[in-house]
Amino acid sequence: MAAIVDYVIVSAILLAIGIYGLTVKRNFIRMLFAIEIIINAANLNLVAFSRNLPIPNVTGQTLTLFSIAIAAAEVAVGLALIIVAYRLYREIDVKEFRSMSG
Amino acid sequence: MVDPAFIAVSVITIGSAVVALEFREIIYGAIALAISLLGIAMYFVLLEATFVAMFQIAVYIGAVIVLVIFTIMLVRRQAWMAVPEGKRKIMGVVIMFITMVGLGAIFITSGLTGWHVPESTITFTQIGEQMLTYYSPVLIAMALTLAAAVIGALVLAKVDLGAKVDGGNS
Repeated sequence: MAAIVDYVIVSAILLAIGIYGLTVKRNFIRMLFAIEIIINAANLNLVAFSRNLPIPNVTGQTLTLFSIAIAAAEVAVGLALIIVAYRLYREIDVKEFRSMSG
Repeated sequence: MVDPAFIAVSVITIGSAVVALEFREIIYGAIALAISLLGIAMYFVLLEATFVAMFQIAVYIGAVIVLVIFTIMLVRRQAWMAVPEGKRKIMGVVIMFITMVGLGAIFITSGLTGWHVPESTITFTQIGEQMLTYYSPVLIAMALTLAAAVIGALVLAKVDLGAKVDGGNS
């Protein structure tokens, strides 16, 4: 079985990929993908620590369930925003949403 | 020694996460994201958290990815595929490597390497028990949050038919 440090490193790599996606991509849907990847990196960390603590306990897994539910709600609202933005601007490139910038 | 299943799952998860962000056609990107989330579910199985893995598959691959694919079908256009990134892409890659190497170095030099994997005593009945006793207020708050999010999404995406008809006539 893999040690905890392996899981934590995989999680760091996923976080880095997510940050890359958020900084480089301007497509609204791709940015949502990047956010999903970051949330999953966090969930992986929670479950890995829950299993590998000196006395394994179930709190990390419970917290992960709540985190997954919150992420699902966030995606639902994000996709509704994409549909509204597409209806207003005929575009989902965040650079084109000019009237939203200050 | 890291076990082979872990390496295989890592390659699948990280590889498809990169594909999800970089593939030209966004709908294949969504499918790659689904594979990446499935990889995370496989990690949960390796960590003996089968209930969380099941939840992950049901919520992410069953609901979120299907929703994403429908949205992509609604708003798809050819013009997105040729967005030049140039300088920002180089900056993004630099930030990615700084994060990766920095966090990796911190974790490898930290005390985490000395941890041994203990015997697991976790069963999913414990999760259910905790959720319905200690975490029950959180569960109620979660239900209200989800309901609010779904109603909010519906209100946002609602087409105002009356306004549209009026606009067309005037």
